[in-house]
Amino acid sequence: MSAHDHADHGHLHGGAAHGSLKGYLIGFVLSVILTAIPFWMVMTGAIDNKQATAIIVMAFAVVQIVVHMVFFLHMTPASEGGWSMLALIFTVVLVVIVLSGSLWVMYHLNANMMPGLHEMRQMP
Amino acid sequence: MTSTAITADAEPVFHLEEEHAHAEGGSTMLGFWLYLMSDCLVFAMLFAAFGVLGGNYAAGPAPKDLFDLGLVAVNTTMLLCSSITYGFAMLTMDKGRVAATQGWLVVTMLFGLGFLSIELYEFAHMIHEGATPQRSAFLSSFFTLVGTHGLHVTFGIVWMVTLMVQVARYGLIEANRRRLMCLSMFWHFLDVVWIGVFTFVYLMGMLR
Repeated sequence: MSAHDHADHGHLHGGAAHGSLKGYLIGFVLSVILTAIPFWMVMTGAIDNKQATAIIVMAFAVVQIVVHMVFFLHMTPASEGGWSMLALIFTVVLVVIVLSGSLWVMYHLNANMMPGLHEMRQMP
Repeated sequence: MTSTAITADAEPVFHLEEEHAHAEGGSTMLGFWLYLMSDCLVFAMLFAAFGVLGGNYAAGPAPKDLFDLGLVAVNTTMLLCSSITYGFAMLTMDKGRVAATQGWLVVTMLFGLGFLSIELYEFAHMIHEGATPQRSAFLSSFFTLVGTHGLHVTFGIVWMVTLMVQVARYGLIEANRRRLMCLSMFWHFLDVVWIGVFTFVYLMGMLR
């Protein structure tokens, strides 16, 4: 029984990877770069096109989130027997549905309501 | 040899397998991860609300009039540094060095407090200028989203102080290691949420 317990404890230590110094430093340097570039782009207006800037800034955010997941949260497909990855994928799907759905529906609602609103304002 | 022959002839023996014994707290990390995912959904709702309402200024101040990107950059740096120092705390915890772990936790806490004070200064400055949550839908959703994140950081710091007391009293025992690992996930998760905040709220707000 005690031997079994020891084996389990060993599994606990080995299974939950805490990463290494190198991993944390790589993650940190990558995050600093991925944070600095979007801030620099917006603060200096490096690209004249606002839409292009917005898309690039969002792309940097997505990459940085992945960097944090891998180097700081130590997400791997194998952690917790795959269950944490499954939960993450499920959450990401929900978040995408919620965000894109809300923005899409409300944008079209606004687009359809606006003319009426303007007419109302111009009435008096 | 005879004994094996006898057992082979005898009726098959079924060994009831014991219920696999789980070490105490063996599933805590997964459970905590599931909590973080549900927290992620809370933030997704707030982000969606901000995305929908973020352009409704009600003839009030717009992001360009309110946000100071330099301040936000300092804030982001604070949180990023606190993430790496917490990582160092975990690495020293693995080596069982109590004093070093406590030291890194203190550094992390100071970065967290720095983040909070800058955020509170920003909020106070905005409210002083009349940009209160009641002013417009943009400001309501802004204060709800950023405030909820700030509240999470506050509770993270409370949790960190609690764990520092625990470690000081009982050392790096198994339970404390588990708790520190949970807080590690919580803290790094808050940093991930902040990436979304500074991108969608501040940077995109300045681009509007």
